[in-house]
Order: sequence, then structure tokens, then C-alpha cells
Amino acid sequence: MSTRQINSLFNKKILLQATKDSFTKLNPIILIKNPVIFMVGIGSVLTTIAVISGIFSGNFSGFNLQIAIWLWFTVLFANFSEAIAEGRGKAQADSLRKSRIQTMARRLVGDKEEMVAAPELRRGDVVICDAGDVIPSDGEVVEGIASVDESAITGESAPVIRESGGDRSAVTGGTKVISDRILVKITSEPGDNFIDRMIALVEGAKRQKTPNEIALSILLAGLSIIFLLAVVTLPAFFGYSLSASGLPMSQNLTIPVLIALLVCLIPTTIGGLLSAIGISGMDRLLQRNIIATSGKAIEAAGDVDVLLLDKTGTITLGNRMATNFFPADGISESDLAHAAQLSSLSDETPEGRSIVILAKEKFDFRGKEIHQKNAVFIPFTAQSKMSGVNLTDAKGIVHQIRKGSSEAIRSFILNGNGFFPKKMEEKVAELARMGATPLVVAEDNKVLGIIQLKDIVKGGIKQRFAQLRTMGIRTVMITGDNALTAAAIAAEAGVDDFMAEATPEDKLRRIRLEQTNGHLVGMIGDGTNDAPALAQADIGIAMNSGTQAAREAGNMVDLDSNPTKLIEVVEVGKQLLMTRGALTTFSIANDVAKYFAIIPAIAVSLYAGKDGIGPLSALNVMNLGSPESAILSAVIFNALIIILLVPLALKGVAYRPVSANTALIRNLVIYGFGGIIAPFVGIKIIDLIINLFA
Amino acid sequence: MTTLDIIQVLLFIALLIGLTPVLGKYMYKVFTGEKQFMHPVFGWLEKLIYKFIKVNPDEESNWKSYTFGLLLFNLVGFIFVFLIQLFQAQLPLNPANLPNVSWHSAFNTAVSFMTNTNWQGYAGETTLSYFVQMIGLAVQNFVSAATGIAVIIAVLRGVSRKNTDKLGNFWSDLTRSTLYILLPLSILFAVVLVGQGVVQNFNANETVQTLQGAEQVLPMGPAASQIAIKQLGTNGGGFFNTNSSHPFENPTPFSNFWEMFAILLISAALTYTYGKMVGSTRQGWTIFSVMMLLFVTGLAISLYGEYSTNPVFGHISSMEGKETRFGITNSVMWSTSTTAASNGSVNSMHDSLSPLAGMVAIVNMMLGEIIFGGVGAGLYGMFVFVILTVFIAGLMVGRTPEYMGKKVGAFEVQMAIIANLSTSFVILIFTAWAAVSSYGLSSLNNAGPHGFSEILYAFTSAAGNNGSAFAGLNANTLFYNLTLGIGMLIGRFGVIIPVLAIAGSLAGKNITPNSAGTFRTDTWLFAGLLIAVILIVGGLTYFPALSLGPIIEHLLMNSGITF
Repeated sequence: MSTRQINSLFNKKILLQATKDSFTKLNPIILIKNPVIFMVGIGSVLTTIAVISGIFSGNFSGFNLQIAIWLWFTVLFANFSEAIAEGRGKAQADSLRKSRIQTMARRLVGDKEEMVAAPELRRGDVVICDAGDVIPSDGEVVEGIASVDESAITGESAPVIRESGGDRSAVTGGTKVISDRILVKITSEPGDNFIDRMIALVEGAKRQKTPNEIALSILLAGLSIIFLLAVVTLPAFFGYSLSASGLPMSQNLTIPVLIALLVCLIPTTIGGLLSAIGISGMDRLLQRNIIATSGKAIEAAGDVDVLLLDKTGTITLGNRMATNFFPADGISESDLAHAAQLSSLSDETPEGRSIVILAKEKFDFRGKEIHQKNAVFIPFTAQSKMSGVNLTDAKGIVHQIRKGSSEAIRSFILNGNGFFPKKMEEKVAELARMGATPLVVAEDNKVLGIIQLKDIVKGGIKQRFAQLRTMGIRTVMITGDNALTAAAIAAEAGVDDFMAEATPEDKLRRIRLEQTNGHLVGMIGDGTNDAPALAQADIGIAMNSGTQAAREAGNMVDLDSNPTKLIEVVEVGKQLLMTRGALTTFSIANDVAKYFAIIPAIAVSLYAGKDGIGPLSALNVMNLGSPESAILSAVIFNALIIILLVPLALKGVAYRPVSANTALIRNLVIYGFGGIIAPFVGIKIIDLIINLFA
Repeated sequence: MTTLDIIQVLLFIALLIGLTPVLGKYMYKVFTGEKQFMHPVFGWLEKLIYKFIKVNPDEESNWKSYTFGLLLFNLVGFIFVFLIQLFQAQLPLNPANLPNVSWHSAFNTAVSFMTNTNWQGYAGETTLSYFVQMIGLAVQNFVSAATGIAVIIAVLRGVSRKNTDKLGNFWSDLTRSTLYILLPLSILFAVVLVGQGVVQNFNANETVQTLQGAEQVLPMGPAASQIAIKQLGTNGGGFFNTNSSHPFENPTPFSNFWEMFAILLISAALTYTYGKMVGSTRQGWTIFSVMMLLFVTGLAISLYGEYSTNPVFGHISSMEGKETRFGITNSVMWSTSTTAASNGSVNSMHDSLSPLAGMVAIVNMMLGEIIFGGVGAGLYGMFVFVILTVFIAGLMVGRTPEYMGKKVGAFEVQMAIIANLSTSFVILIFTAWAAVSSYGLSSLNNAGPHGFSEILYAFTSAAGNNGSAFAGLNANTLFYNLTLGIGMLIGRFGVIIPVLAIAGSLAGKNITPNSAGTFRTDTWLFAGLLIAVILIVGGLTYFPALSLGPIIEHLLMNSGITF
């Protein structure tokens, strides 16, 4: 846990607000949304009534009062856990919201512009944003190009380019234009733009229960009903046993004791923490700068077992880089590097720059030296597919140095009556086979050698894919490269499968095919033509830099526009589900100890001999002090465990990228066996403390 | 225990393990329509039946119409058995001239045999005519067992198929399980039993003179045929009142072994069919192992209870309520088997079992009759627990819980909970009702915790469709006939309907292929989890009730007090 998280968890303001909210959430209409805790609430009321009527009838019971107090605490603790999760989300949202409150917009009406407050903008309005203006709402750039500071939402300080048309036209409300001027067409209604939606989601106002949460709630409610049956029938069984032991019916179980038993048995721990777990899942995504449009999406992320990953940006660094020089016979590598650098000086593409850098790194050539010479640069054009330089030497002879694809250079050489050496031909083919891109360098009619351009696989990505594989997730690389190149990179990066020369339609088809075979597919994309695939995928993460269409098609938006995020999203999803499962198991396993605390306590007098101790005392394995302290200890443990587990619910269980079986064993040992043992220890300690003061 | 006792227990278990795949594979062939060796024998009859009831066996239905067919068939069976009891005096095959049965006893018996419970609130030989026994009860013995098998087969189709709503054809499943499984096995078992001396005739009861010169009535009748199916079909309703402790029902130690084995055979073998149907026999064996582990544990506790010294009497073990020709081990094995597999036949007086063995018998039933359980019923009951286990533990691997590649969602959980609630409801609410009402308490034979155990046992037996009784309770009263009857109905259909609903829902889902991220359900780990869920979710609910019955009784007995 980082210090930042600890701070936000124990932030005074959040704690104070959460404490207040714990009481407002006692409202039965709110409370009934959580059936298990609602049941505890009813129990608290009934016990309180029993205490009050006891006062009026003159036999006040301090024991009942203590039970009542701890039952109320149980409800409050459960409310508190939900409130604190919401509070943390709110705090995060508030800082985002601040930026929007005072924003004024320059709306274009006809040719005139007018100043309006940002919340008054409707969908379809066009606003002008100059350098220094805050973009008032989500929209699409319809005219112009500008650099935009999106740090308010992404935390990334480097400005990004936003321009009309293409894949980088979407802008987000609350971000700031740094240079130039753009016209933005508003695409969201007031109160429904991205940040508004995000705020609503993390605050829990719009939170709907996810499918899994619903199923779990049903299980918990069902278990509660079964235990309710066990408890309501107990007085009848007990009454029979009392008469069989010759004891008066007045010794039958009282309502507070029955309620104490019921509350201890029903799964209050998970019941109380369930919504906190869900909200904090959203929160954890937000900490990674991802907005999910629904809680359902996070859950589905845990289920995803096929990831479609774009090669560029996710698996490889953005661009190809020069990695090697292969000189032709009779040419030294340094001569080749020199010529290659000269020919690339006018090539402003990342590939061109990487050649200059490689030459510099290998032979310490400097571009400056060349500038002094009499040189004419030939830039790359789509027609020639070459770049280069014409150098005039001391004798006035012009040397033409060129660099380009093997086809382009071949025709260049043949035009000068040169020939393309067989050996170089073979090398070109070999490099292509390896997945590299060969560029040939020539001077006049002579081939000097080959520059190898390669995709650079991101550091650590191979390990990442191996982890995914142990988790049972298959990775598919998507690339526009040909099959040979794709295969080579796929092998180097360690992905399970690849799609070469993939069109958006291919992606969509692939997703459908995987889904038909029962897989759940996650993908990340940005372009308008990614939209259908994003919509079809079970998890579609749109990059914030992407088009509005893409953002609306996906069910998550990555504010950082970092494609590797897909993997993190899957991890957050899995962690969320694991946390639910672990706490459910813990909660159910707790029941064993609670039975052993309460049953011997309530049945102590049955069939008792002269010493007044009945045979069922043999079940008092914890050797608890007195029947009253035993029941009280169980109730207190039950309440305290909720508050003790709040940090775990918010933080999630420790997550490691391991196989399902390993994860299961780990969680079982900690939360299953721990769940059986912890209450034995806890109840015993509480009992010792109670008896110390008694 | 002697070495011979131990050998017998081991032989029993080994034989069960050995025959499970043999019969399991055969049943798989029967339901997938593959050719098997009984086809030439009964194939013509199968076709004739389809023609007669106008059913196309290849026409499959969704879970709702499958359930509807099942309910309709059972309703008709119930009404028929109910009516022939009310009018048995006017019907043939009644050489003893037995009078018509009271309406509430007839209701109880009709429900009891339809639900595969075979709770008997009456004494067979002095209450029911041969006509009722054969045309009514024996037929229900077959079809109630066949109904159970049909349900589990439909469930397995739901698990193994994808993107469909079809679960199969109820009428063909019913016909096939009767013709190809229950009938041939019954004939085989009946012939062996006749060889051991079980009676099989249509004579009236005979009166003979004993050596002391007293007169004794010897009951007669077509017993062997009915005993075979009552054991195989986990029905348990004896031809005679004392069930399989009667020398004409169960004359020799060999017939005893044979009958005991018949109790568990089909239910155990179905686990193998299960594995075959879902395409992995490991899955079947995992469930088999869970059942076997629970069975052996129960048996061990019972044997311990019976063989340990009773401090009240001071001698090693009690033969009270047991037949001398069977002894303790055979009686305890029977009591464990018959309660594990909702059979309910008895060869000793369960009321006389030591508190521990009695508790094992009750717990076996409380867990929902899933330790092998009733034919089909045990496995679909176990299926409910599998769904719950998958849901509770499956989340811990970080995926939406799935079973055999099918996502387990809200609907499945809801249905599994309803199935679980049905049993709890009957056991807890009805026992509580009986424990506070005068008409409930007036039937008691014993005082103290043992009396409570008797009531608890009765309703647990009804809810689990077991049918055995502690026998200390006079259950042929209006109150018990009705409450137990309703309990049996809830315990049967309160599980069947939700289970078929789960099957229908699962059939419609796609199958996620296995990967390293899949929650495995064919490992020892899963077996352990399943046992934990069965004991904690299925068993802990009854801990308070058990504490006030057999547990307290056991503790009291150790301090020298009995009831």
C-alpha cells in the first residue's frame, strides 16, 4: 500500500463524513437494499424494544442492553464501510469537478460568439477555444489543430495534439488548450459528459449492482433465510428440551439471545462489505486513470480470457528502429553507416531518425560535419520511396547517395547501369523473413549495404504475457504487417497468436469467432473503425485520445491512452472478484466457531445434574467464561470483524498473476482456514477481556 | 469388530468401486441411444410403448415442458395409488379381505411411493392388498426411481450441451430407465433372492402351529420381486412391516449383503454416467470420491458408536433391535447405506442405535440425501451443492464462477438456494410444529432427547425422501400422515423443479473452454471444498437441532443416563 493510499484511507475529512453517513444510511429505505444488514437492523430494533420494555416492567437487563448496542454497531459498521468507499471515490471526483465549476464557454451562434456558462451547453453547440481556454465539455474538434493539456484528468503533464478529422478529434471537458485555436462541437448533454458520469459512478449515486453482485446477494439472502429458519424453530426445540429436563418454560430463549444467534450466523461480514468492495473496484480503476462506464465492465474484465492487442504501442515501441548495418562485399561497416546517415538526414520520420542515431552510437558520426559540405538533400516522397543526398565533391562530381526499400533502390541502380548483388538480395529476403524491414543504401550505381529496421519489443512484455498465460489468458497480436513479419514479432514477444494484415472487419470477425467458441474478449482501440469491434468485445477500452465514436462504443475509457492498460484492467477485475469470494468464504467459515460459542451457552441448563451444568457444556471448546460473556463475545467479534476488514475490502486481496489453482489454494488457506480459526481466537480474547472487567 | 467384519466392509466398498464404471457406462449408452445388449431384448417393447403413448422419442423439449411432463406423470400416479387404496376392498387380489384404507393414510402412502420415499405409516401385510402392493406400489417403485434417473440425465444434458433449450424427452428417458436399467437389474436381483429363500407367491397368509403349540400367522405374497426394486430403486418400502429384518424378506447374510449392495449400486454407477455425459470421467470420479468419503466417515462413526462400551449397561455393544443372523457390522452398514442413499429400508431397529450411529443416520439424511442418495436424486442433490461450491469458492480464482465452462449466475444460485431451502423448511418447521403441539407429542414412544430425535428423524426422513423411521414414533395419525406427506412432496419437487430450471438455464449458455484460469472441478481440492460446503452450508443449519437431540443424548449416555 502506498503512502498516498494510506493517507486517503485515513483522511480525517473522509472519516468524519463516512461516520455521519453511517447514521443517515440507517434509513430503512436505504438499508433494505442490503437484505443481510437489514435483517440485523430489524434485530437491533427488536432487541432495543426488549431492553426498553424491560426497563418499564422493572427487570432491566444489562446483558440485553449490551447486545442491543453491539447489534447497532454491526449495522453502523456495515454502513461505515460503504460510506468510506463512497467517500474516497467522492474525494477523487471532487478534485476533478473543481476544474469545471467556473468554466465559461464561447458559444458560436451563427457568426457571433456569446459567453455562456459551461453547464448550459447542449449537444451540438459549437464553441471556440483559444490558447489558454478550458474546454467546457466533451466534444469533437471540427476545425483546427491545437495542443491540449489533459493533465487535469490524466495526470500526464505532456500536452497532446487534438485535431479535426481523424482519430485524434475527441476532447474532454476540463482540459486546457495550450496553443492554437480549435472549434469544438459539444457531444454530451449537460450533466452527462464523461467526468459527470464518472463522478456519478464513483460516488455510487448511479451504481447498479453487477450480475455477480446480484448472484452473491441472492446467495447471502438465501443463507440468511436458512439460518432464520434454524433460529425461529429453536425455541420450539428448546421448549421441548426444557420440559424434558423438568425446567420451567420461562427459561426458554429470549428474543435478544435468539437475535444474537441469528446475527452471528447470517453472513454479516460479506453482507456488510459487499458494496464497499464493488465501489473500491471502480476506485482502483480510477487510480489507474481508467473510467469504466459500468461496474459490470470491471467484473467482465476478470472473466476475459482472450486479449486482442495492437502490436504498435502495446507490444512494440511506437516505431521501427534501425538496429544493424549489413555492408556489401568490399564496403566497411563504417562507410555504410556514414552513407546511411547522410541519406537519412533529410528523413524526418522516426525510422530515419533512428538510423542517424544508430550511426552516431556505433561510429560517433555527427550530422554537423556533413552540413558544411556542399550537399543537396532529397527528401522522401511517396513516388520515389527513397530519401538521400547529392554531394558535390572537390572535383565537382556529384555523388548520389540513396536509401529506400529494396525495390526502389533496385530500379535506382539499374537506371545507373549498376547491378544488385545476389548476396544482398539474399540478405534482404532473410531479414524480411525474420520480421525485420530491410532498407538498402546505395551510392550512384553501387549497393553499399543494408540497414536493418526492427520493431523493438517493449521491455518486460514477454514476462507479462507469460504471466497472462499462467492466468489462463490468451493474447492475440493484431498488426497490419504481413504474415512473415508478424510471426517473427509474435515469437519474440511471446504472444499466443497473431493476426497479420488485419483490417477492422477482420478484428470484428475474430472477436465474434472467439465469442462463439465461448471466450470472453478484451480489446483496446482508438479509431473510428475500431468502434464496431470495441462494441462487440466483452471489454472494449477506448483510448481517451481516440474518436468520440470509439469512446462511446467501448465500456471503458483509458485517460492515459496507454494500450498496455488492458492488462491492468484485467487484473483489477480479477482482484475484485477474488476479494468478494475470499470474504464470502471467510464469512461462512466463521459460523463454525460461533456455533461452538453460542450453543453450549444457551443450553447450559438443559438436562443439568446437581451442579447445574448440562452435558452440552462439553461443546464449550473455547472454555468461555460464562454463557452471557460467550454470547456477547460472539456478537462483538461479529461486529468488530466488519470494521477490521474494511481496509481489505477497499484495497482488495493481494493479487498475484498465478494460475487459478494456485490462487485458489492461497485464498483458501488464508480466508477459508483463517475464517475457521480466526473467530475461535477472536471470541476467546474478547471473552477474556469481558471477564476481566466483569 | 472381527477380521471378517473388516473384510466384509472392504469387499463391499471394493465391489462398489469395481461395478460403478461397468453399470455407469451401460447407463450412458442407454441414454445416448447407443446400441447395447439389452436392445434386442426390450427394444420392441420400447417402440411399442412409444406407439401406445404417441410419443416421438427424438422430439426433445425445453426444461419447462420436461418438468410439466414429469409433474403430470407423477400426479396421475399419485391419484391412481390414492384411489386404489380407498377402494381396495372392492378390488381383486385381496385374499386376506383387508378393509379400505383411511384417506389420510392413503394420501401419505400415495405421496410416499410417488416421491420415491416409501415412508410407511402402516404395516404392509395387515393393511394393503396384493393388488395395491403390486399394481400400485411396485409400479411406483419402478417409475419413481425412473423419474429420479430421468431428472439427472436431463440435468447432465443441460450441463454438457450449449446454446440450446432442449433437455431431452421425459417419456423416453422414463421408458428407457425402466426397461433397460431397473427391470433387468430387478429380475437379476429377484432371482438371486428367491434362491436365498425370499417368498414369491400369491397365497393368503398361512396359519401354522409352532413347536410350543401356539398358532402363528406366516405372511405370504409376491415379496422377492418387490424387494429387488425397493432396494435397487432406493425406494425402501418393505413388503412386510419389519422390512428387511423379516426373515422372508431377508433370510441369510448373503441376501443381506446382496440387498445392501443393491441400495448403493445404481446411485454410485450414475456418477460414472455423469462423467461420461460431461465428457470427463474424472469429474464423475470426483463426485464419487466425495460421496464415498462421506459414506466411509459416517460408517466409521457409526461402527465406533456401536462397538464402544455403553456405560449404562457396561457391556461392549448392544444387540438390542438387531437381528442375530446379521450382527452389529451388517446392521450398521445397512443403517448407514440406507440413510446415505435415501432408501429407507431397514434390517434393524434404528430407534435402538447408539446415539452416535443414530446421529449419523439423521445427518446422512439432513445433508440432503446426497451420499450416493436416491437413484438420480442423490446426484442431482449433489449437483445443487456443486453449484453452490462453485459459486462460493469459484470467485476466489478471480473469475465469474463457472461449472463445466458454464457461467453460474444469479438464476442458478437462486434455484440452488430454493432447493436447499425446501429441505431445511420441512425439517425445521415441521419438527418445531410437532415439538410444540399435543398431536405431535402424543405419538412419542420415548422421553427426553431421544423422543426429540424420533420427531426430528421422521421429518428429516420425509424431507430427504428416505422413508426409514426411528420407529419409536406412531406416525399413522392424521397429523403425521398429512405433515409427512406434504414434507415428502416439498422435499421431492422442491428440489426437482429448481434443479431442472438450473439445467434449462445452463443448456442455453455457451461453454468457456478450459484454461489455466479455469476453476477446476475434478481435483481433490474441489472434492475437499465440496465436502466443506456440504457440511457447513448443508449441515450446520441443523447443529442446534442435533445438539438438543442425539448429541446431548450421547453426552448424557456417557454420564450414565439413557431414555
